[in-house]
Amino acid sequence: MEQKKTHIRNFSIIAHIDHGKSTLADRLLELTESVSQRDMTEQLLDNMELERERGITIKSHAVTLDYTAADGEKYELNLIDTPGHVDFNYEVSRSLAACEGALLVVDASQGIEAQTLANTYLALDHDLEIVPIINKIDLPAADSDRVAAEIEDIIGLDCSTAPRISAKTGLNTEQVLEKIVEDIPCPSGDDDAPLRALIFDSVYDSYKGVIVYVRVVDGTVKVGDTMRMMATGAEFNVVEAGVMRATSMENRGVLRAGEVGYLTGSIKTVGDARVGDTVTTAEKPAKEPLPGYRKVNPMVFCGIYPADGADYENLREALEKLQLNDAALSFEPETSGALGFGFRCGFLGLLHLEIIQERLEREYNLNLVTTIPSVEYKIHLTSGETVIIDNPTNYPDPATINYSEEPMTAAHIYSPPEYVGTIMDLCQDRRGEYKGMTYLATDRVDIAYDLPLNEIIYDFFDALKSRTRGYASFDYEFKDYVRSNLVKLDVLLNGDGIDALSFIIHADKAYPRARKIAEKLKENIPRQMFEIPIQIAIGGKVIARETVKAMRKDVLAKCYGGDITRKKKLLEKQKEGKKRMRQFGTVEVPQEAFMAVLKLDDD
Amino acid sequence: MTTNPVGLYLHIPFCEKKCRYCDFYSFSADENTKQAYVNELIRRIDKYGETLKCKADTLYIGGGTPSLLAPVQIERLVSEAKKVFLTDDAEITVEANPHSSLPEFLKAAAASGVNRMSFGLQSSNENELRFLGRKATPAELENAVKSAFSAGIENISADLMIGLEGQSESSLLKSAEFALGLGVKHISAYILKLEENTPLYKMRDCLALPDEDETANLYLSLCDYLTSKNTLQYEISNFSFRGFESRHNLKYWRCEEYLGIGASAHSFINGRRFYFTRDINAFLNGNEPVPDGDGGGEEEYIMLKLRLAQGINFDEFEKRFSHPFDEKKKEKARLLKEKGLVNIDESGVSLTRNGFLLSNSVICELI
Repeated sequence: MEQKKTHIRNFSIIAHIDHGKSTLADRLLELTESVSQRDMTEQLLDNMELERERGITIKSHAVTLDYTAADGEKYELNLIDTPGHVDFNYEVSRSLAACEGALLVVDASQGIEAQTLANTYLALDHDLEIVPIINKIDLPAADSDRVAAEIEDIIGLDCSTAPRISAKTGLNTEQVLEKIVEDIPCPSGDDDAPLRALIFDSVYDSYKGVIVYVRVVDGTVKVGDTMRMMATGAEFNVVEAGVMRATSMENRGVLRAGEVGYLTGSIKTVGDARVGDTVTTAEKPAKEPLPGYRKVNPMVFCGIYPADGADYENLREALEKLQLNDAALSFEPETSGALGFGFRCGFLGLLHLEIIQERLEREYNLNLVTTIPSVEYKIHLTSGETVIIDNPTNYPDPATINYSEEPMTAAHIYSPPEYVGTIMDLCQDRRGEYKGMTYLATDRVDIAYDLPLNEIIYDFFDALKSRTRGYASFDYEFKDYVRSNLVKLDVLLNGDGIDALSFIIHADKAYPRARKIAEKLKENIPRQMFEIPIQIAIGGKVIARETVKAMRKDVLAKCYGGDITRKKKLLEKQKEGKKRMRQFGTVEVPQEAFMAVLKLDDD
Repeated sequence: MTTNPVGLYLHIPFCEKKCRYCDFYSFSADENTKQAYVNELIRRIDKYGETLKCKADTLYIGGGTPSLLAPVQIERLVSEAKKVFLTDDAEITVEANPHSSLPEFLKAAAASGVNRMSFGLQSSNENELRFLGRKATPAELENAVKSAFSAGIENISADLMIGLEGQSESSLLKSAEFALGLGVKHISAYILKLEENTPLYKMRDCLALPDEDETANLYLSLCDYLTSKNTLQYEISNFSFRGFESRHNLKYWRCEEYLGIGASAHSFINGRRFYFTRDINAFLNGNEPVPDGDGGGEEEYIMLKLRLAQGINFDEFEKRFSHPFDEKKKEKARLLKEKGLVNIDESGVSLTRNGFLLSNSVICELI
């Protein structure tokens, strides 16, 4: 059914984690009867298992809602979900670019968080109409007036008519739908112009191929057209063109300017339908693509290896499939002396890395070994040459290094003032350079630091949350490369260097970090048939050591009256368990040991 | 068709009460059940005798507590086994625990041809016995062994346990000294393992068991002590004076064949493994045993033979499997030799005492 542009609203929801974005989305689905009560599972929009468990939205999705407003008119509301984490800024920006407006959902008991603010500014950059919504007013700690004042002070939005709701109980949520219709502008665009549709997400489906989520900015696309991806030049015959319903896809055969929907065309890989790219038609191509496309650059790198070498091809296929949905994921083959054949993978950040790793393990049933993540360092050699290193294995001989540079970020931490001291301690400890502090409100400060990227990729966010009881939030962006005194730490087990455990670190951090790694390895490497010395070294110099004592007892004593099968099964199980460990020379290292080294807390 | 004599095992699943660590198939039963069970054992001995037509040179009557059988019942079982299977020189072992009617039982057993007894001592320390839920006192055990001697049975084994709550080196060695003092010729010393579905397992979080290092040290002390008293450690957990090795148990460890009859008994006959379920009614109803696949493969052989102090002889291995012992395994064994876990030379490979303690890990490397 064709919808007049005046009756379309395209919007997304901006909210901090736990401020109720998914719950509100569920309520909107319910109120528009997009989902029957029976089908309603909590937080329907986050349909990846992992998303639900982590309570965050990793990838954006879109859903079209039919709403009959108070004026009696029927409207088509397109809700475009956005990822909520600092690692996914680019994807957020593409989702926002597909909208005319955004709901800004703020927790009435907590106020504005850094992430919300960053995304709100992003939305304002895209000239979106922001509709503030104060949520969780049913909480005892709710202070709607204070939060409304904060929104007005910090962002300068008028909150006098902001809906004050409880998405959880449903209180006042119908006001939200009315505000969307009233405040958010309808889309514009010329149906007859050459097609220009912005890809804001793409999802691989084993039956339909890649499902491309688009916002049609200009023109019309029909089933049977030849769509052309302007950045990659790839062309596909449009098989379906339609809208996403909450629980199904509705193939309308056509999408017009202003509409949000999906296209399919037997597209094999998302590499051909990258987020941010513009879809046009081969029949009537647009001259210029829509602005803003960029190939997102990974910031964090690590090696991912199959625990069982036989899974190498499966891992490649899995990575290719994930890349279908995730243009930010990069990978290329690499080999490690310790781990064999695997892939060097690039991620937006550590969360992104963890998500990919978990998805590989869960959805593709792979057992993986992951090396310590690294950022990209610029190493200037005495020869005048500059090399970019993201893999410690490739770290040049220190004698050939003139100087090194590491990536620096501009970071903002938003917190109640009582935590300023502890936050500054943390930033100081992470080699941060203090840049200033601004009071956003009486109970909210913005602390600005320049922080080296390699100090925040491991566990900075966790450390920040635990030190501020969850009240602080954090946002960062890449700033530039700065000179730095770097060293490479090598880990030796039983005298053998384990390339997969090496990493690059600032010299000042080397000793404490080395001690901690040695301790963590000791805790996580099970006792084996012989003593295992753990040594951490810079060059040839050992700066920390620990020992895993030899296992003493591992014996099946009883004979079980001739039940040899039972005994055999126990041994087979034990052998199977060993397979899950990595063999380094004579030492077996479980995956947990790698993870433990990766996650060194400050405790 | 099996040509070498096999071992014959009869399982007697009766106990006065269940010990807290035990997960063998046993329970207390009334006289009618025992009688029916013995009848069924005899019927099956006869039946197997007809189909297998092989000889057995060992008989092991284990349990449970076989000594809870009436004197006439043990006589019937042994004489039927003799008639159908046993060679003249067969080793005939019966497991026993002290109880009031034991002397009569032993007399009947000896008269019927039983020539070896295995007593469940476990410990001579009363606290340790209480921990295990063992009823018999050391004094009662002493009387039991004496009764066996006076019945004319001199080849006697006693079980000990290592790794008990509160056990110290001195208490363990006292138990060993106590056993040797009774004149036993053979000691089996097993490290306590908490088996699922036992009371001890359920209490595992409240137990103060010796830790891994302490248990290993207890084991090594016991090995030292027993060998200093001129016994030979011929298997991970078994010690005897020369010539008093358990011939029946050696069959298991040498990967030789045996026929097990009775609920939960396992067999390895004509290359096939099979077993009776842990269900006395199924056994009494005449149910057939459950197939358990082929046995006697290379892995099994290595796994079992490495439990023996003698280990694997390469010539014997080649004779049995028609190909030499894998060179790669020898290479691994040489690496383990450097760690003091394995002995290897041109003739064979075996585990050291430290290797015994880590036998699962070591064997995993070599299969």
